[in-house]
Amino acid sequence: MWIELLITTVKIFIVVHVVLIGVAYTVYAERRVSAFIQNRYGPNRVGYEGLLQPFADVVKLAFKEDIVPENANKPVHRLAPMISIFVALTTMAVIPFGHTIELFGRVIPLQITDVNVGILYILALTSLGVYGITLSGWSSNSKYSLFGGIRSSAQMISYELSMGLSIIGVVLITGSLSLQDIVIHQYGWKWNIILQPLGFIIFLVASFAETNRAPFDIPEAEPELVGGYHTEYSSMKFALFFLAEYANMIIASAVITTLYLGGWQFPYLQEFGLPPLAVSLIQVATFGLKVAFLVFFFIWVRWSIPRFRYDQLMNLGWKVMLPLSILNIIVTAVIIKILK
Amino acid sequence: MVLLFSSIAVGSAIMMITRRSPVISALYLIVNFFSVSAIYLMLRAEFIAIIQILVYAGAIMVLFLFVIMLLSLKDESKLVENLTYKKLGAIIIALLFLSTVGITTFFAFTDKFRTLSPLAEEMGTTEFIGKELYTTYSFPFELVTFILLAAIVGAIVLAQKKFE
Repeated sequence: MWIELLITTVKIFIVVHVVLIGVAYTVYAERRVSAFIQNRYGPNRVGYEGLLQPFADVVKLAFKEDIVPENANKPVHRLAPMISIFVALTTMAVIPFGHTIELFGRVIPLQITDVNVGILYILALTSLGVYGITLSGWSSNSKYSLFGGIRSSAQMISYELSMGLSIIGVVLITGSLSLQDIVIHQYGWKWNIILQPLGFIIFLVASFAETNRAPFDIPEAEPELVGGYHTEYSSMKFALFFLAEYANMIIASAVITTLYLGGWQFPYLQEFGLPPLAVSLIQVATFGLKVAFLVFFFIWVRWSIPRFRYDQLMNLGWKVMLPLSILNIIVTAVIIKILK
Repeated sequence: MVLLFSSIAVGSAIMMITRRSPVISALYLIVNFFSVSAIYLMLRAEFIAIIQILVYAGAIMVLFLFVIMLLSLKDESKLVENLTYKKLGAIIIALLFLSTVGITTFFAFTDKFRTLSPLAEEMGTTEFIGKELYTTYSFPFELVTFILLAAIVGAIVLAQKKFE
């Protein structure tokens, strides 16, 4: 009983810190990659090639003055960044980053907890993420923040539907809502990206919209909204929003990996006859590499594609993505019925 | 634990109807949804608990907040009405409510409601709900879908009329 609790605590500690350090280096990667794409240097002064830049940024943000607008609703203003970061970090609890590992004669599952409604848990939490943005927009009592908040809620409502519907294809193939089962089902070449190409594209696009990343970043479109929903935030509260945005990006990558790219599966690894510990470690490393590639993909898209207009975004969400995801469910269900 | 979450639920419900600002009321309603969902979890109904958060807190309340913010409603302090007749109705409803609460708490201390029924273990799972919904209750289920479809069509017709 106590040892189980201890193991879970250690797992939570490791996962949260890996995500936070991942966020720091995603920000660094974003600045370096964007610099590369725009043919300039980017941050390369602090430490070797700028590797210590994230820590310098954190120190700078922590020492800044925390300004709260005079007419803001102060409790809600304080609550909003907390909601954002809470939602971003708790989603990680159900994502399997490996199968099992044997340490000190004990088989430890490499996942904080395997809930039997895993996918629904992720959908429920990501749908709560919009509160952080909406409430920060409302409580700041500033029109630019409010516009940012309203835009973001409209966008999230529109894309959540196609996101949820595209997952149903995966659930139909696997026959389970547990994320560990979904990954185990994708052994060998049977990754869901091959079985569900349409569902994968819909989910990927919807993830971009849900994480407010370009080309779907109208909630924080600088030319028209100053800074969007976090215009009136400063110091560590602003840092929390920043942290939540990048953590969401990492978590979206982890979810896409789990659902469509085989999670921790390394094709045909079991047939090489490696010792179990090496197998476990290779699986965890595979998961990390896949997530890192998707994060790079997010950055790549942001610096390559211009932002959508508001009406284009709504048209794409309701008139293209939603019908396509319903079509995907019907086709998947019919094929499964024929093959059985 | 059940007592803790049910008291949070009641407390947030009271806060919700007494706040003047509509956004704050909506926030307390969300707190209420969460505590109800926690009670579902304790009764081993994981599916319903998650759906409660996903649908009510994640979708419906976001829409509510969206509309409230879009209309930018101010405090309701100006909306004080004369409530003489309504008070009588309110007293009757309050009495009915209190007697229901009394009866439930009285029966809650008998043994029948203290143990979890053996069916509860499997009833909360997604598979069980899905099977029951599409076999035993398929007719009411289809009926509900038709009513919802009619509501959607009605909403579109009304919206089109307004824009033409």
